Amino acid sequence: MKKDILKHKLVPEHAILSKTEANKVIKQLNIHQEQLPKIKVDDPVVKEIDAKSGDILKITRRSHTAGKFITYRLVL
Amino acid sequence: MQGILKKISQINFGLLSPENIRKMSVTKIVTPDTYDEDGYPIEAGLMDPRLGVIDPGLRCRSCGSKGGDCQGHFGHINLARPVIHVGFADTIHKILRSTCSSCGRVLLTESEIIDYKDKLDAKYKNEESITALIKEIYTVARRDKCPHCDEEQEEVKIDKPVSIVEGNYKLTSSEVRERLEKIEEDDYILIGINPVVAKPEWMVLTVLPVPPVTVRPSITLETGERSEDDLTHKLVDILRINQRLKENMEAGAPQLIVEDLWELLQYHVTTYFDNEASGVPPARHRSGRPLKTLAQRLKGKEGRFRSNLSGKRVNFSARTVISPDPNISINEVGVPEMIAREVTVPVYVTDWNIEDMRKHIENGPKIHPGANYVIRPDDRKIRVYEETKDSILEKLEPGYVVERHLMDGDIVLFNRQPSLHRMSMMAHEVKVLPYKTFRLNLCVCPPYNADFDGDEMNMHVFQTEESRAEAKSLMRVQEHILSPRFGGPIIGGIHDHISGAYLLTREGSVFEEDHVLQMLKKARLPLPKRKNEGWTGKEVFSLLLPDDLNMVYRAEICRKCDECLRQDCKNDAYVVIEDGQLKTGAIDEKAYGAFSGKILDSIVKDYGTDKAREFLDSATKLAISGIMKRGFTTSTADEEIPREAKDRIEELLSMAELKVEQLIDAYHNDELEALPGRSLRETLEMKIMQVLGEARDKSGEIAESYFGMDNHAVIMALTGARGSMLNLTQIAACVGQQSVRGGRIERGYSKRTLPHFKEGELGAKASGFVHSSYKKGLDPLEFFFHAMGGREGLVDTAIRTAQSGYMQRRLVNALQDLSVQPDGTVRDNRGIVIQSKYGEDGVDPAKSDYGKVADIDRMIEEMRIKSKAAK
Repeated sequence: MKKDILKHKLVPEHAILSKTEANKVIKQLNIHQEQLPKIKVDDPVVKEIDAKSGDILKITRRSHTAGKFITYRLVL
Repeated sequence: MQGILKKISQINFGLLSPENIRKMSVTKIVTPDTYDEDGYPIEAGLMDPRLGVIDPGLRCRSCGSKGGDCQGHFGHINLARPVIHVGFADTIHKILRSTCSSCGRVLLTESEIIDYKDKLDAKYKNEESITALIKEIYTVARRDKCPHCDEEQEEVKIDKPVSIVEGNYKLTSSEVRERLEKIEEDDYILIGINPVVAKPEWMVLTVLPVPPVTVRPSITLETGERSEDDLTHKLVDILRINQRLKENMEAGAPQLIVEDLWELLQYHVTTYFDNEASGVPPARHRSGRPLKTLAQRLKGKEGRFRSNLSGKRVNFSARTVISPDPNISINEVGVPEMIAREVTVPVYVTDWNIEDMRKHIENGPKIHPGANYVIRPDDRKIRVYEETKDSILEKLEPGYVVERHLMDGDIVLFNRQPSLHRMSMMAHEVKVLPYKTFRLNLCVCPPYNADFDGDEMNMHVFQTEESRAEAKSLMRVQEHILSPRFGGPIIGGIHDHISGAYLLTREGSVFEEDHVLQMLKKARLPLPKRKNEGWTGKEVFSLLLPDDLNMVYRAEICRKCDECLRQDCKNDAYVVIEDGQLKTGAIDEKAYGAFSGKILDSIVKDYGTDKAREFLDSATKLAISGIMKRGFTTSTADEEIPREAKDRIEELLSMAELKVEQLIDAYHNDELEALPGRSLRETLEMKIMQVLGEARDKSGEIAESYFGMDNHAVIMALTGARGSMLNLTQIAACVGQQSVRGGRIERGYSKRTLPHFKEGELGAKASGFVHSSYKKGLDPLEFFFHAMGGREGLVDTAIRTAQSGYMQRRLVNALQDLSVQPDGTVRDNRGIVIQSKYGEDGVDPAKSDYGKVADIDRMIEEMRIKSKAAK
């Protein structure tokens, strides 16, 4: 039996950024792509949403302090 | 001294080859003796003068530089027989296990070899770690038969620490070395050896490097006797056995004797490297103390890394016992004059301060605001003596640096271990005081977690203007009133400050004007205008509050009634401050106590740290002068309750014990019903605990009902100054159930706790219910159970501190390079983003309102009062 892990309550929302969006994020944070936090290609969610190495993911998750928090991760 | 800055691009780790050892050696060491009868070092001995010099007067025989400049030179010992290096015994074992005993090839098939070499090349190219891959090779290359020469392979085992056993035969070190020599260079990479820097056979020693004398200096004792370093002792042992082994071999001694000596040599070389290697008895000094050999010098908390490289001893620091001084500010620290004369501040002499500096030098090193050293513009340091000070004074001019004594107003760093949070190191202003202890204001006890039962603290003196400026703006005590741990004050009133303020401000506390002025004078506060009538304590306290302060909160003494009467609270627990006037409510821990002071909290946040420091200094002084005016004491008389109360408690407890008996009977008669998810026994335990817990609480309540607010112990407990109601009721009424491991006491004799009880007895008394009060006294059985519970508490705290200490160390090591950048991101030292916004909300917890950005409810309430007051 295969479960849809994306629907699990502990899995936050992952979205693949387009090239232009990615560049905007990089510019906004004023960093190189490699300085972003990383996520492995063999991460279950990455496999599920079919992200490729080099993609930047936008992860929207719940936060104790801020309520909702958006973080970006580079797929390795 | 000009340092050379270079960036390290790479570090290579490899093995020392025998050739290299001989090449870097200045002499062969042969004789196990160190000095001859005249006390001169013997040539080719362990103290050979070519190995370097320690005496500053002599010149090194090898490099010609003076002692101190010469770091020393290595020698070498030619070992009569090869010996395995302990540090590599495991590696040798792994290599032998995965290589052929006859042809020396790795036990991999040709195709596997090609495959793994490709993988390794790829990893090298990507600069990835190869350890995981090498580990895999070691597991794959364990075959019974060699794929290259079809030779059957026997199992190779390691007999800790250094013996390699093949089948039933113990390989000699020579045989091990021969095996390792047989391995082809092409295969090195597969067993994780870089052929450029190492060869496997170098893990078996044929030559032993002898470290220079600077590494193992000998000490001359007061008696004139020479005492050698542990390493020298060990090297003497090695040389002695080596010599005997050589002689025996040359004389053609029987194989057995040679092997015994060889093994002994192996033992000495092993303990020379690591005297704590498992499986070898540690080599001992004549006195029975285990020797500190190479590994012991580096390892652990007292080792070179943690003790000398990660942490060092420093100059310009002082340590002594601390004691309290309620009269100095929280920003200050009292420094004994003795210390002030010893630690110094460097001051650049200018046209503007040259006269001051002259005075310091005139005072010399012995009279307090003096000077110890003068540094000339050519960087020469001159000590100030009584005899030399006149000549120094003559030459003194701008450009000199005077190291003057510590004086009032200097900024120093003050610290108490364990330094668990940033408030453990704060900057204080010096106040030079007589006697020999550091003095600190009582309000800074909580952040340092200090008390005065013999605690010692450290002080460090800043040596540059930059550090002083930085410390003054960032590290001063007043900047740390709010803790980043919970966004409230961690510095605040304690103990008598709290009970004093309560006594001063509680309802009905009225003073004659003369007394008020006396108190204010004693607290060194500015005197208000006379109004020729009595003052309430609330009016006196209001003098300290900012004029536009508005706030409402419930005090610590609040009894949490079902319906709050607010301003009309009969406990005077509803605090209202309107425009800086304390209208209702008494001041207690919730007002300005450490960890919970609301007024203090709001003064820091709204009026700044300077105001907060002033408030805290004057409020504590006022509270102290208030409590001294009235007098405050406590004794066991405070926990005295009348006869009838005792009778009621007695009756209550016997009722409870009866109930417990009934429960036990029900249990034995199988009439007890199990709670969901519990066994019958567990249910019984829970019910008994509940009954006894209730009994303790009820007896406490009875005792409490006889206590009033005129009772000093009760005042302390309810205002939060010290102690709790539970403490009081345990003294007055009943101590209650003792516990070990979270339950009633069960351990001890078989099926019973003590031989005074029947087997299987479950009653209250038999499992540690203490019926007596502390004041009445415990009977012997109760006392014993109490000691059991008490001991568990002690053991738990001891273990907890050890565990949390180690956890802290790991956490700090992991996080030490992270910092918040100007753009609000958290990054490590490579610039990699850890959080794109600090704490995900970008809030500095120290500036927050108990972790939240702001307390909206409180703000609304304050606005309400403000507008009401305006009308």
